[in-house]
Amino acid sequence: MNHRGASVAINGTLAVTALIVIFPLLWMISVSFMHPGEASTFPPPLLPAHATWDNYHELFERAGMGRYLLNSFLIATLLTLLSLAFNLSAGYAFAKLQFRGRDRLFQTLLGALVIPAQVAMIPLFLMMKWLHLVNTYGGVILPTLATVFGIFLVRQYARSIPDDLLEAARLDGAGEWYIFVRIVVPLLKPIVVTLAIFTFLASWNDFMWPLIVLSDQQWQTAPVAIAGLSREHVQDNELMMAGSVVTVLPVLILFLILQRHYIQGLLLGSVKG
Amino acid sequence: MKLLGSPWMFVAPALVVIGVFFLLPVIAALALSFTDFDLYALANIKNLRLIAFDNYIEVLRTPLFWKSLINTLYFVVVGVPLSIAASLGAALLLNSPLAKLKGIFRTALFAPVVTTIVAVALIWRYMFNTRYGLINYALVHLGLSPIDWLGDPHWSMPAIIFFAVWKNFGYNMIILLAGLQAIPQDLYEAARIDGASVWAQFRHITLPSLRPVLLLVSIITVAGYFQLFAEPYVMTRGDPLQSTYSVLYYMFEQGFTWWNLGRATSIAFLLFAITLAATRALLWLGRRGERA
Repeated sequence: MNHRGASVAINGTLAVTALIVIFPLLWMISVSFMHPGEASTFPPPLLPAHATWDNYHELFERAGMGRYLLNSFLIATLLTLLSLAFNLSAGYAFAKLQFRGRDRLFQTLLGALVIPAQVAMIPLFLMMKWLHLVNTYGGVILPTLATVFGIFLVRQYARSIPDDLLEAARLDGAGEWYIFVRIVVPLLKPIVVTLAIFTFLASWNDFMWPLIVLSDQQWQTAPVAIAGLSREHVQDNELMMAGSVVTVLPVLILFLILQRHYIQGLLLGSVKG
Repeated sequence: MKLLGSPWMFVAPALVVIGVFFLLPVIAALALSFTDFDLYALANIKNLRLIAFDNYIEVLRTPLFWKSLINTLYFVVVGVPLSIAASLGAALLLNSPLAKLKGIFRTALFAPVVTTIVAVALIWRYMFNTRYGLINYALVHLGLSPIDWLGDPHWSMPAIIFFAVWKNFGYNMIILLAGLQAIPQDLYEAARIDGASVWAQFRHITLPSLRPVLLLVSIITVAGYFQLFAEPYVMTRGDPLQSTYSVLYYMFEQGFTWWNLGRATSIAFLLFAITLAATRALLWLGRRGERA
């Protein structure tokens, strides 16, 4: 094949594939603006005949979507801020501070990664019940306040901090926490952004644990709420697509803004093998 | 004051969280799986009895467990190779020196990964609709007969696999793309001078160089696909005829619909053991292939 032909073939395939991959998301937006029943016709319409905000009104005024989005937002934000503190300090210590059994402890933590989360879920649920944390933000947030993945990510990055810098600060009489807050955290800024967006997206998109621990509607996150709504409104495609739009759009926009950091984290995190 | 600045104070908060909210529950789960913890025990712990391996024996005797395991294996055995093939194909296209607008294409192909699974499963449930779904519209357009995707037990799992490939392939695409970029260009130069075809270059340079990355990606994906849950929960509720009922779905129903918590933890451990065996087998196969 000549050079020009190959170029057309490759770029053409890429364009068609990208269009097919993106299409469901675009169509979701289009259907969310259709009148009830409009999308349940054959052939399925690509664009609304007369665009309407009705589904969004219904979603927020009758189905209480605002409350669920607020729950999702508060849970994801709180978890992101708090878990950063836990993972940053631990990741830094595993990379740069000397203490007995440090490397063995870290290896043990990495070993725990093979255990899937659902093994712990049932006792965790009983524990939350006992602590009266079922149907609270705390019940969702506490279990992932510190994660092996987060500690690993920070440690990988923190290893590049020069020891001389820390030693010099110690010689000047700076305390360990002062060094951490004033010198280390600013140096870790890129990985802070990466870990923050990872945590926020994972929390926002999480389904199984919130489904278990948030049975009471008023505390439910957006994914749990729309899963419940979809079981009641099996035929209301337009309404459900509006629900999908408001759930997906915030994380999609966040990703588009910070994608460089997200992809860097994905690559850093996958070299652990 | 010395204690406050000790390295242990830096790791202690994280270790306490992981210990209390992960390791402790895992140990408790093992203990719980040897009890008949149910609704009565939930009301009064005095009703709890130790029953040794009865949960495991009972689960292994239940046809629905085997059905859910076969469904899950179907999802893994068909879904993982398809996902990785899609990831590799997309990565190869993006890595081509002839490809233009790489950043935009990469973002578009990766976008489904960051979407909320429940929300996008709803889109696909709608697109798979028998009567007015877009996929059947396309089939009819191509002269094929429409398929009752989510209502026919033969087609429900393929539909879910199709959805999962769309949702997940971008993740491995990024990792494989990084692997492709790490292959030295002079290997290809030399092959081209020797007159090797594009296919020969792929078989003898690209694939062998990518081997460790492919192994890593396979293990991550297999472990992930064994956790099939949200897709059937939203799209099919495990139906039709329990053809999309997964092991994790079975655990969820046993635990949180019927409150057989002891039974449910034994299912979680069985799934864990099966996942571990599968990923270990992959690792062993991958390493053996390396030596050969």
